This record gives sequence, C-alpha cells and structure tokens, in this order.
Amino acid sequence: MTSDSIDIINAFALLTNFVILPALSYGSQLALGALAVTLVYSVLRFSNFAQGDSMAFGTMIVILLSGFMIGRGWTISGIPTALLVIPIAIVFTSIYLLTMDRLVYRHYRKIKAKSITIVMSSIGVMFVTGGIVRIILGASPQRFADGERFIFSVREFKAYTGLEQGIALKTSQFLTVTIAILLVTFIFYFLQKTKTGKAMRAYSDNKELALLSGINPDKVVQITWLLVAGLTTIAGTLYGLDKGFAPQQYHLLLLPIFASVIVGGIGSPIGAIAGAFLVAFSEVFLTYAYKKFLIYLLPLSMHPSSLVQLIGTEYKYAISFVILVIVLLIKPTGLFKGKVIVDE
Amino acid sequence: MSSLNNFWQSYKAITSYALMSLVLLFVGLNQSWALALGIINMSLISAVMALGVNIQWGYAGLFNVGIMGFAALGGASVVLISQQPVTEAIEAGGIKMLLALALGAATIAAGVLLNRRGANRWLILVIVVIGYIFTRYYFSEASSLIEKVDPAISGYLGGFGIPIMFSWIVGGLAAACAAWWIGKITLSLRSDYLAIATLGISEIIIYVIKNEDWLVRGVKNVYGLQRPVPYEVDMQKSEWLQNIIAWIHRSELQILSHSEQIDKLSDYVREASVVFVELCYSGLFLLILVAFIVLSNLALNSPWGRKVRAIRDNEVAASAMGKDIKRQHLQIFVLGSAIVGVAGALLVTYDGIFISTAYQPLRYTFLIWVMVIVGGSGNNLGSVLGAFIMWFIWIQSGPMGLWAVEMFGNYVQEGNSSLEFIEDRVHYLRLVFMGTILLLIMRFSPGGILPEKNKEL
Repeated sequence: MTSDSIDIINAFALLTNFVILPALSYGSQLALGALAVTLVYSVLRFSNFAQGDSMAFGTMIVILLSGFMIGRGWTISGIPTALLVIPIAIVFTSIYLLTMDRLVYRHYRKIKAKSITIVMSSIGVMFVTGGIVRIILGASPQRFADGERFIFSVREFKAYTGLEQGIALKTSQFLTVTIAILLVTFIFYFLQKTKTGKAMRAYSDNKELALLSGINPDKVVQITWLLVAGLTTIAGTLYGLDKGFAPQQYHLLLLPIFASVIVGGIGSPIGAIAGAFLVAFSEVFLTYAYKKFLIYLLPLSMHPSSLVQLIGTEYKYAISFVILVIVLLIKPTGLFKGKVIVDE
Repeated sequence: MSSLNNFWQSYKAITSYALMSLVLLFVGLNQSWALALGIINMSLISAVMALGVNIQWGYAGLFNVGIMGFAALGGASVVLISQQPVTEAIEAGGIKMLLALALGAATIAAGVLLNRRGANRWLILVIVVIGYIFTRYYFSEASSLIEKVDPAISGYLGGFGIPIMFSWIVGGLAAACAAWWIGKITLSLRSDYLAIATLGISEIIIYVIKNEDWLVRGVKNVYGLQRPVPYEVDMQKSEWLQNIIAWIHRSELQILSHSEQIDKLSDYVREASVVFVELCYSGLFLLILVAFIVLSNLALNSPWGRKVRAIRDNEVAASAMGKDIKRQHLQIFVLGSAIVGVAGALLVTYDGIFISTAYQPLRYTFLIWVMVIVGGSGNNLGSVLGAFIMWFIWIQSGPMGLWAVEMFGNYVQEGNSSLEFIEDRVHYLRLVFMGTILLLIMRFSPGGILPEKNKEL
C-alpha cells in the first residue's frame, strides 16, 4: 500500500485493535465493579469506598492460589490458571467481606447511623484491606496471566485477511467480555426471578415494608455480600489478567467505578453498566493517539506531525472525574434515574 | 478509683495535654531536643490541618476525602510564590504558555456565556472542542520549550520571588478556590457526592503537579526553598548564642583545657543552633495555630456558630427557620479547605523542599482524619490533641516496627531473605494499624478523647 491513498478498512482495523477492543474489555471490568457498588448502595445504603481495595483482595487470593496450582503443575493448557481458582477465591473473599460486615457495618445498621458515618467507616475498611494486600503481596506491579495469550494474533489476522493493519484478540479480552455477559445475565435473572432476589429488591425499595412482610434482613445482607464478593473477585481478576496487578492501580479504580455508578444513576444496575461503558470508551477514545489513524484516512499533504492525542495518558483518571462533574451539573440523577437515599 | 475517674472527667483536657507534654519532654531528655522539637513542629502543622478538617466535619458534617489535594495546592503555591523566576525559561516559552492558558480560559468563558444565553448545545460543543484542540496544541509546544531549559536544575518557570510568608495566604486562597468550585457542584446533592468529588479532585491535583514539569518541576522536586527563619550556619557564627551557651555550660567548661573548651563549645553551639531554628519554627507555627483556634472558637460561639450547629444537628428544622443550608455548607467547606491549604504551605516551608511524590492519601488525608476522630470531632482543642497524639504514634510506629523486626531477626539467621522481605513490607502495617484505630474509635468512642461540649445528645 502506498501511504498517499486513503484506506478506510485499515484505519478501522487499527481503531478496533487499539480502541474498541480495549475499551470493551475495560468497560466490562468496570461494569462488574460498578454493579457491586450498586448492590451495596441499594441494599446496605452507603457508597462503598472499599470497593477498589476489595477487588485487590480478591485478586490477591486468586494470585496466591494460582501460584500454588502452577507450582504443583495443576494447570490446563490454554486456560489461565487464575480462572480455575476463581470459585475458591470467591469463597475466601466472601468470608472476608462478611467478617468486615459483622465487625464494622452491622453496628451502624443497628444504630441507624447517618449514611456518611458508614461511608467513613468504609474508608477505614479500605485502608485495612489495602494494607493487608500490600503486606502479603507487596506494592509492586506483577503479572499472573498464563496460558495462551491470544485467541488470534496480529500475524494470524494479517495472513487471513491480507490487511496491512492487524487485529489481535487477547484471551483476557475475550474472557472478560464473555464472563461479564454471563455474570450480568445471572445477576439480573437472580434479582428479577428468584425469591431471594425479589426479597432483596423489596428490602432495597422499602425496608420497613419488607420487614413487615417477613423478609429476614440478615439473610438479605448476607446474600448481598456474597454477590458482591463474586462480582468483586471476578472483576478484579479479569482486570488483572488484562492489565496486570498493582494495589495502587486497584485502589484508584474507585474513581472510574464511582463515576460509572453516578453517571448511570446511583442505585440502578442497568445504569451502572451503561455508565461503565461510557466511562471506559471516553477514557480510551480521548487518550488514544490518532496519528496513525489519520495517516490512513487523510491524503499525504494533510498528514499530522504530532501524536494527535486529545488528552495525555497520565490524565486518564481525570476523564472519569470530568464526566462525573458534567453529569452532576447537567443531570444529577444520572442517565437512568437512580434513587436517593434519605437518612432515617 | 471513682475519684480518679471524676478527676479525669473534669480535667480531661488539661490532663491529656499534660500527659502529652510529659511524653515529649521524655523524648527531649532521652533522645534529643531537636527530635522532640521536630515532632512538635510537625504536630503543630498537622494540628492546623486537623483544625480545617474539624471545621468541615465537626461543624457541618461535611466529609472531605481530598485533604491531600488541598494540602498539595498549598505546597505548590509555596514554590510558585517564593522561588526566583527562571528568566531563560520565561523567555523561551513564558509568553506562549500565557497565551495558551488565556486561550483555554477564553474557551471556557465562551462556553459558559453561550450556555447562559441559551445558545444551541451543539454549537457550544463545537466551539469548546475547537478551542480545546488549539489550546492543547499551543500548550504542549510551550511546555516542551520551557521544560527544555536546563532540565537538570530548572526546566520550569520558577516563581515570583516574593517572601515565603505570602505563599501561606496564597496557598489558602488556592485551596479555597478549588473548594468553592467543588462545593458549588456537589453540596446541593447527596452527602456522599462531596466525598467522591473531593477524592477525585485531590487525585487530579496530584496528577497535574506530578506531570506538569513546567509548573513545579513534576517529580523532579524543588530544592532549597526560602526560609522564614535564620539558617543554622549563621546562628553558629552569632556571638550572643555562643555567649549564652558558654554561660549555660560554664561549670563543665571551666575544668577543661583551653583547646578542649573550644571543641566542646563548638559542639554545644552546633546543637543549640539546630534547637534554636526549630524553636523559631515552633513559635511561628504556634502563633498561626493559636490564631486559627481563637478565631474559630469565637466564630463558633457567635450567632453564626449557633446557626452552623443548628443546621448540623437538624437540617430540616434549620431550613424551616429560613436558614440557607447550601450557602452555609459552602462557606464552611471553603473555610476549612483554606485552612488545610495554609497548613499544606506551612508543611512545605518547614521541609524546605517540595516533593510531589510525598502527597499520599495515607498520610495527608487519612492520618488527618484519624487525628480529628481520635481527638474528638467538633472540638478544636480535641483536634489539636489528636494531632499531637497521632503524629507521635505515626512517627514512632516506623522505628518500632523495624525494632520488632530486628528482635525477630535475632532469632533468624543474618542475611536471611525472609527478613528482608518482612522489612520491605512492615511499613504497610501502618495502613492496617491506622485503619483499625479509626474503626475502633468510631465504634466504641465516637466522641473521641475530648468530645464536643455543645453537642445535643
């Protein structure tokens, strides 16, 4: 191909490889985290600042278990070992979250504390959890993905299609999107169709009425934490498989997750997912350098000399914040009208 | 036993302050006075910061998770006010940078104005996007020009070269502006939006400070800041200090030979000069702290303070009485953040160096919160006490953790890799430790050590 011709197919192959696929998987990871925050918010009535660090905790368990499995040679070729140990890790994370609930949050529920007090205690939990993770695994970044890295690589794609610009599908991307779809379907089915799910929604809509109709509040709270543990561990593991594990990174994930939840309408599960993809796509679209993309699309005389990057990569967390601020200014209830919790 | 308890109840404040002083006295006598004064100075600065947070949380129940960001704004303004301007860098890219910033400001202003006039939303969007692209283009050109000027030493524009004391005021103002903006957006919404938004803004402030090298040198740090107090070297040359030291140690010096006398005296003078400089800082910080305490106590006992407490204790009733709650909260949020900004500026002044990587939520946001909660939220004297206690624990917990590891290490062989491993990780214990203290106090003694007196229970 000569560089002075306009080449739309290659341009979009480039965009798919570097923008759309990464944003899709990042969005799915955020969506799972945001769903966990939404569940805690709807049922337990506080914004859980410990979410990011809980994700780090779940991932830590996965890393420890998969390290053990790999050491013993108990692996299945082609599949990341981390996936195999997720169920056991969820059990551990559930135990941890339920313990925290018993030790910290239950007291405030009992005395009907203001929600801001519970938020503050969740910050205490955030630091304790973050500390535990850093003591056990250290603060430095690490990778724990094993097995096949690609479903199909750039070279295979090029050989197959004959395009100059290749698309690679990473195993982690494929797994993220697939698992996220399955998990979200399960959560929605659970909330809409099962008896326990209905009890949770009733409890979330009107606590007093739910108690009157014989719903056991302790059970609802426990089920919520179990679901949160599942979402948290899976979201954390998928993010780690995709981008590597670093406690500080997970801690900062709190920002895009909160942005997703508020953008979608706090307390609304559909909104949380929509918000997550909005945040993820804006983040990736705005920090991508469009130089090569424009070279494909524009005639030679108009080729850009700079990177054509709208916002520096170092400010990617600022993007979720800016989205948050814009939504708060224009439509504070979010895209899907969420609920507002009033202190009792 | 019950009489002891009664005594504690009625003289709580005095007793706890006396105990704290005894502990510091012990450090001074046993370790060194310079160390004790260093702890006191850091405690004083933390106390100012805790006071700002207490005004927000204790007076109005506003939860600020972004203390670090406001402190960093204060710190950055010290650099921007007190450092000498770098003329080469200003010649290279100063004008361009100014133009880029003006273009950015004009874009925002145009967007806001058109929005108020009710212009077409898409038109506004197009104007803002085009404005942004041009701003960014000029901006990156200017910043790379500035950063190329002698990057090992400067590579930034420098400051205004004004005496450093002014930067404390500017730091407060900068923090107040950021707080006003954040408060304006979030205070009329749910209570935890403020917490989320402050978390966000403080992370962004840190990212800007770390990445915009042309502004405050990014992660390359700014050394050798001005000092509001004399230098140790100058003090050692001053005759009056030498005379005082000679007089204090006269009995000891008399028995020595002449040459020994001189050696011994210069040792003492060196030590004394450090103590003197620390004392100067202590006086300065104490003055500021007392001024803030007096002002905020006066304010709290005025009609304004009664209104503030009324709003905190029962928002609905207060708003039924015609009090403007949102306005009141905004006022308090701005005031508290301004005080945090001043404390951030004091901290960098005291350190004499601006380190952008030092701004970590654990120390600036979380430690300050623990101080306020431990001391007693709503009580200014409580926050000050909390600052002293927690800073002392914080500073001693590092060596204590290492000491514990070394004790443990005596049982394990030297150079054992697991020992290094533990030493590497042990300081993360602080995270767990601080978090646990916060949770325990909130759970079992929500009033803290010195609970607020005016609070309706």
